[in-house]
Amino acid sequence: MIAEIGAFCAALALALSLAQGVLGLRTRGRETRAAAAAASAQAAAALCLIAMACLIVVFVRSDFSVSTVVAHSHIDKPLIYKIAGAWGNHEGSMLLWCAVSALFGAMFAGMRGAQSLGLWSKALGVQGFVTAGALIYTIVLSNPFARLDPAPLQGLGLNPLLQDPALAAHPPMLYLGYVGLSIPFSLAIAALLEGRADQAWAKALRPWTLIAWTCLTFGIGLGAYWAYYELGWGGWWFWDPVENASFMPWLIACALIHSAIVTERRGSLASWTILLSILGFGFALLGTFLVRSGVLTSVHAFAVDPSRGIAVLVLLAIALGIGFGLYAMRAHKLSQPAGFAAVSRESMLVWNNFGLAVAAGVVLIGTLYPLLVEAMGGGLISVGPPFFNLTVVPVLGALLLLLPLGPMLTWRVGDARAALKQLAPAIALALITVIVALWLSNWRVMPAIGLGVGVWLVAGGLIYLWTRMQRGEGRALAKLALLPLAVWSMSVAHIGAGVLTIGAIGETAFRSERGIAMVPGESVDFAGRRISLMDVGQVEGPNYAATRATFRVDETGRSASLVAERRLYPTSGMPTTEVGILGALDGDLYVALGEPVRDAPGAWTVRLYHNPVVQLIFLGALMMALGGALSLLTLMRRAKAAA
Amino acid sequence: MSWLAMIVAAAVAPAALGDPTQEARALSLEREIRCVQCENEPIAQSTAEIAADMRALVRERIAAGDSDADIRAFFRTRYGDFVLFRPPLDGRTLVLWLAPLLLAGAGGWAVLRLRRGQPTAPGDPEESDR
Repeated sequence: MIAEIGAFCAALALALSLAQGVLGLRTRGRETRAAAAAASAQAAAALCLIAMACLIVVFVRSDFSVSTVVAHSHIDKPLIYKIAGAWGNHEGSMLLWCAVSALFGAMFAGMRGAQSLGLWSKALGVQGFVTAGALIYTIVLSNPFARLDPAPLQGLGLNPLLQDPALAAHPPMLYLGYVGLSIPFSLAIAALLEGRADQAWAKALRPWTLIAWTCLTFGIGLGAYWAYYELGWGGWWFWDPVENASFMPWLIACALIHSAIVTERRGSLASWTILLSILGFGFALLGTFLVRSGVLTSVHAFAVDPSRGIAVLVLLAIALGIGFGLYAMRAHKLSQPAGFAAVSRESMLVWNNFGLAVAAGVVLIGTLYPLLVEAMGGGLISVGPPFFNLTVVPVLGALLLLLPLGPMLTWRVGDARAALKQLAPAIALALITVIVALWLSNWRVMPAIGLGVGVWLVAGGLIYLWTRMQRGEGRALAKLALLPLAVWSMSVAHIGAGVLTIGAIGETAFRSERGIAMVPGESVDFAGRRISLMDVGQVEGPNYAATRATFRVDETGRSASLVAERRLYPTSGMPTTEVGILGALDGDLYVALGEPVRDAPGAWTVRLYHNPVVQLIFLGALMMALGGALSLLTLMRRAKAAA
Repeated sequence: MSWLAMIVAAAVAPAALGDPTQEARALSLEREIRCVQCENEPIAQSTAEIAADMRALVRERIAAGDSDADIRAFFRTRYGDFVLFRPPLDGRTLVLWLAPLLLAGAGGWAVLRLRRGQPTAPGDPEESDR
């Protein structure tokens, strides 16, 4: 019964979304029609949320007459993973996509602000069709409420890799990010239909881009953190196609945040902002396609069903076809010549957009290239980290080099000499870092430069805060507290980028690792510590059996114990690793338990890693997400003050 | 200043292949050779038996005095292009390797074209962070 209520709500939501689409696009200046479109959006959102709640209920109750529950759940699974199981699969995640799209549509309907009726109602209409497209796909091709008769007594269980708190939250965050980009897309289409994009339009665009970017940052950070402690190889980013699928919309959303600022404040770059909005949603749909179609073999791609992949491609083609078609026809009407000097806040933001867009383009080509070569009969090739590290990293590095200059320059015409003079301490600190790092690392040039860039970003961000503080009055602490929230949000995000850079370079270039065979009682010296395998035994978890190894770590002045496991979930037969991590100021000691050694009874392979400053990677990502959230708060406060 | 400590720690870390430069070469090669049995994993990270054999092979070749290029070519003839995460530069991958330059060139041209407008009066510093 509950499954049927869910399916019925989804179907009703589809009808309402279509009504929202038609009413919104055919308002003809009538407020009543726009109000009806807004009401439809809100009703559709409520229905989608009820449908999602129904799905969660059937998962919690382990209703094995619903085929999605059979395929992805199990009676013995802990409650939190029964709930997370509702979106930890293809069908449920698509319903979540629809629910988020409808919810954002309803929120957009309630936040008209200073937008003109035409732009607002048309964007609302386009958003209705976006939700409707996703609902059609979900209901027709991946109905999460499909029944199974006869119902089995037990389910197949959730992929054990996914039974983890970080990964339970990872997909919803990414979806909030992907779908968050649908509102900028709708706004862009509305602007093209209306033939104008004013500053109120850019103002309406900014919070949605920030929501999308913040959620993507947080979601990608969670995914990287999960990969780090769950996959057992000490890595956190592998340029895996599915990682790239979320990284491309992130890059575009990051560019869009910055270009929308220029459009809102100076009225320029409107047509580029529109193009980015279309591209951002295109990349979000492409991301959904790459992950959900199984077209790329990768650790993340769980669903394998070509018909669904083709359907997502059709939706992508419709969205991009309409978007680019309208753009080609109408964009020239809104082009306003940009008036700013080569050295100005605007030009820095344009170069920021250049770097992010080029990086996204290179990631796109690198990700799809093996597919293209294979499709054209060129055989199998791999495009992996060596390619991306050689191409994307320098582009982003150059962008980061310019970053601290941006906030120091004024709009229209900036004074580069004055900015550089103020930033001189940061430049000096960065150069000292490069020299010291070169000296200590046996002249490894690239990591030294990378660390220098990270220090430059952090120091540059702090100098910006300091210069802003000088404008205030009173005591230092009071001045700091009185800084506008916008200054804080930008500085936190930019310093976070520096922190992340230092962490990423430090971890990648200076980690040490070792794989050895150990018998209980044996000790090994590694990274300035003495690591002893104390014993290896069997333990029972709630729905798995584990081999647990206990280690003792001795270093001067302290000793600690560390546990690493290999788990076997009988429902899937797939072994997973639970690594032991011992954090210290200089980084993590990371221990993963491997297999028993073939021809040495009692011996186990053990992989030891020392990952210096790895925590800075996740701290930096968190700071960037926090910066985004603070910026969103700034915009909301301003909207309230204006109302 | 914890990164200073870590560089020192990394510099004195013990190496498995006798010579630390050889060990570093082995580790970096193991990160760009793909495990042929797993899904999108380098042999450095895989726990599969074949990956362990391939890692042993890398170290064997390094100890025998092969260069990095020799070792890549060795794996390529054995398992095909698929085994290398660094795609070779040939007719098929020309577009791939040129793409970053083409994109950067096109982007740079677009930026320069965009900035035709004349600058107006100097900006107001207070306005910048409203």
